[in-house]
Amino acid sequence: MTTWDILLWAVLPYVTIAVFVVGTIWRYRYDKFGWTTRSSQLYEGRLMRVASPLFHIGILAVLVGHVVGLLIPESWTNATGLSEDAYHVIAVGLGLVAGAFTLFGIAMLIYRRRTVGPVFAATTRNDKTMYVFLVAAILLGLLTTLLASGLIGDGYNYRETVSPWFRSIFYLNPQVVLMAEAPTSFHVHAIAGMLIFIIWPFTRLVHAFSAPVGYLVRPYVVYRSRGPHDAGARIPRKGWEKVG
Amino acid sequence: MRIMAQMAMVMNLDKCIGCHTCSVTCKQAWTNRAGMEYVWFNNVETRPGLGYPRTYQDQKRWRGGWTLKRGKLKLRSGGRFRRLAEIFSNPKLPTLQDYYEPWTYDYDMLLSAPQGEHTPVARPKSLITGKPMKIEWSANWDDDLGGGPELAPDDPVLVSIRDQVGDRVKMEFEQAFMFYLPRICEHCLNPACVAACPSGAMYKRVEDGIVLVDQDRCRGWRMCVTGCPYKKVYFNHRTGKAEKCTLCYPRLEVGLPTVCSETCVGRLRYLGLFLYDADRVTEAASTPDEKDLLQAQLDLLLDPHEPAVLEQARRDGIPEDWLEAAQNSPVYRLAKVYGIALPLHPEYRTMPMVWYVPPLSPVVDALRDTGNDAEDAGNLFGAINALRIPIEYLAGLFTAGDIGPVRRSLLRLAAMRAYMRDINLGRDPRAEIAESVGMTEEAIYEMYRLLAIAKYDDRYVIPTAHAESARDLEEVGCSLDIAGGPGQYESGPFGEASGRPIPVAVENFHALKQRQTTEVIIPVEAVRVNLLNWDGMGAPDER
Ligand code: SF4
Ligand code: SF4
Repeated sequence: MTTWDILLWAVLPYVTIAVFVVGTIWRYRYDKFGWTTRSSQLYEGRLMRVASPLFHIGILAVLVGHVVGLLIPESWTNATGLSEDAYHVIAVGLGLVAGAFTLFGIAMLIYRRRTVGPVFAATTRNDKTMYVFLVAAILLGLLTTLLASGLIGDGYNYRETVSPWFRSIFYLNPQVVLMAEAPTSFHVHAIAGMLIFIIWPFTRLVHAFSAPVGYLVRPYVVYRSRGPHDAGARIPRKGWEKVG
Repeated sequence: MRIMAQMAMVMNLDKCIGCHTCSVTCKQAWTNRAGMEYVWFNNVETRPGLGYPRTYQDQKRWRGGWTLKRGKLKLRSGGRFRRLAEIFSNPKLPTLQDYYEPWTYDYDMLLSAPQGEHTPVARPKSLITGKPMKIEWSANWDDDLGGGPELAPDDPVLVSIRDQVGDRVKMEFEQAFMFYLPRICEHCLNPACVAACPSGAMYKRVEDGIVLVDQDRCRGWRMCVTGCPYKKVYFNHRTGKAEKCTLCYPRLEVGLPTVCSETCVGRLRYLGLFLYDADRVTEAASTPDEKDLLQAQLDLLLDPHEPAVLEQARRDGIPEDWLEAAQNSPVYRLAKVYGIALPLHPEYRTMPMVWYVPPLSPVVDALRDTGNDAEDAGNLFGAINALRIPIEYLAGLFTAGDIGPVRRSLLRLAAMRAYMRDINLGRDPRAEIAESVGMTEEAIYEMYRLLAIAKYDDRYVIPTAHAESARDLEEVGCSLDIAGGPGQYESGPFGEASGRPIPVAVENFHALKQRQTTEVIIPVEAVRVNLLNWDGMGAPDER
């Protein structure tokens, strides 16, 4: 266990969490106005129509895959009678499909961003940086999946090292040694993953937190008073606060 | 029963000269910002024509508004789950091409071009990409039937009546009929935009029914753009937020009419209150037969003179001066008492609150062209009944195809014309003209006064927001005082746009009070004039 191991697998995760949580709260409090998808569909619809759902559905599936793979201990799936091999085949299969969706989607989206004039003109430096990190994480993730699957190389059961390490972060007892053992591809992917969470609150990725599930239950027509009681209303100027 | 107040507008189409002043002043006040170049909260379209955005009325294509499914009201673009499923890419969002690509000109070229053989030209430059572009469409490309024979036949309203009146439409129509239709957001009683917003950022204001977008809550899902059948919510492509006509609420709150009304050259806009029963809106919007929707909508509007209504309104917290304003409301008179104002496309089931007095002048013109006396009641009545196509067309716009109410409205306007001519010529007024359209002589005369010579205070009856809620006048989060927005040009300690902006409403209030209570025309430099507080007096000096 070197200093690097400690820095990467014990310190960086907590830095990530801190920046992610505090950054998001900060952004929400001070930049509600900037909190948006900043959709470019107005400029171009045809490519977007295919690419965007492809990417988003893919990435949501990837998210589910990560949650299952990292949070559910191997012993639990074993207990259900699902053998390690069977689990592996399912995970790799679904993972590759989801990964391919995501990759194909984002490739189209980036192509669109670069080639459709108005979309490119509306791309900020922030967006470009974000794309670099996002694409890196996705590519490395796919590579890792391929390597771990045994399709290329020997295969690797990350559920004995990476996953326990991941969970141990949340027990506040990071198992640095376990993670240090994992192959390099996992290391690089994990770092890329943490980096994307670090920049997350400061990019347009925040729109992911606004998934409007409340829409399913709220009444169709919203009425609001212009009175001072609304959430989202301006904070009164000093000396003008409501009395009583 | 729950009574709410609704600020509503009526436009008298007979008087619209299609000058676009309203559009321009509105744009100057509200949408002259980056990201909103293509947006016209107020636009004036020539009918027949494609409209803005092109063919927005074709709901088979754009899926705006509500429809009935097994007797229940549903958004035409699909239910809640469907909307969330489509959130990654809204399949029915108009793109910039459906509006138009905004542009400017390379004016600098005119000054900086080196001396040469040819006169320099200012080439058009796209405001979206900054590149030179070819201008092929605009918000108003088919103005005055420009491109008529090719474009006008694709007008969705024309297409929808073609079944009934056949191919005659094309020729006869163009010969006989053209008028302007100024449009703003309808501030609907049953707003489809609000219903479609997944974030709950859009809302209808309880006090005056104005429909607004909370800029802090909007997350840019763009479902409202699809939801609105009138396509009056726009996506600001710079900020990634939806924006829409605010009915100039900072002006209304201090008792001023909207910018479009104030600056209307034809003085054809009326502003006033409706009292309506909020509990029955959904029921009314679910009326099975489209042709009954107009009546259902009229039935929602309550008589502000009826004691029971007043009593309930007081219980529901509507202040006394608002009730008084409702009683003096010109829009109530035009829509309900005289029955001449009609809503635009009631069949969208949003219960729109901008009403229109249909234009009689094309009928008059057609009559005059045939050499007849176009002021004579008998001739006019005959023409209204004979000119099928214009009437069908108007019915397609205002009454879901039911020609009854359109005809009644036009007959009353014709009766007014004929009745007033006798008076103006010093002849004995003929009561039978009024009776023949189901009105009294008094009503005809009052209607004439309201339509022809009403003064500012009669056209705009606007109760102010309340002093006891003065704090509320500081706009809630929905305002447009965003970066570069109209509320943000106050100077603070660190130069322009720093510090807290003075609320637009407060600034206007003081500026106007000062201007309106002096005897002399005060020089404009005394106050900073903007289009929100401009009252038509004086002119800013050239700077
Ligand atoms: S007209 Fe205005 S209130 Fe009605 S649905 Fe459209 S945006 Fe909403
Ligand atoms: S300013 Fe008045 S007359 Fe001119 S286009 Fe607008 S509504 Fe019509």
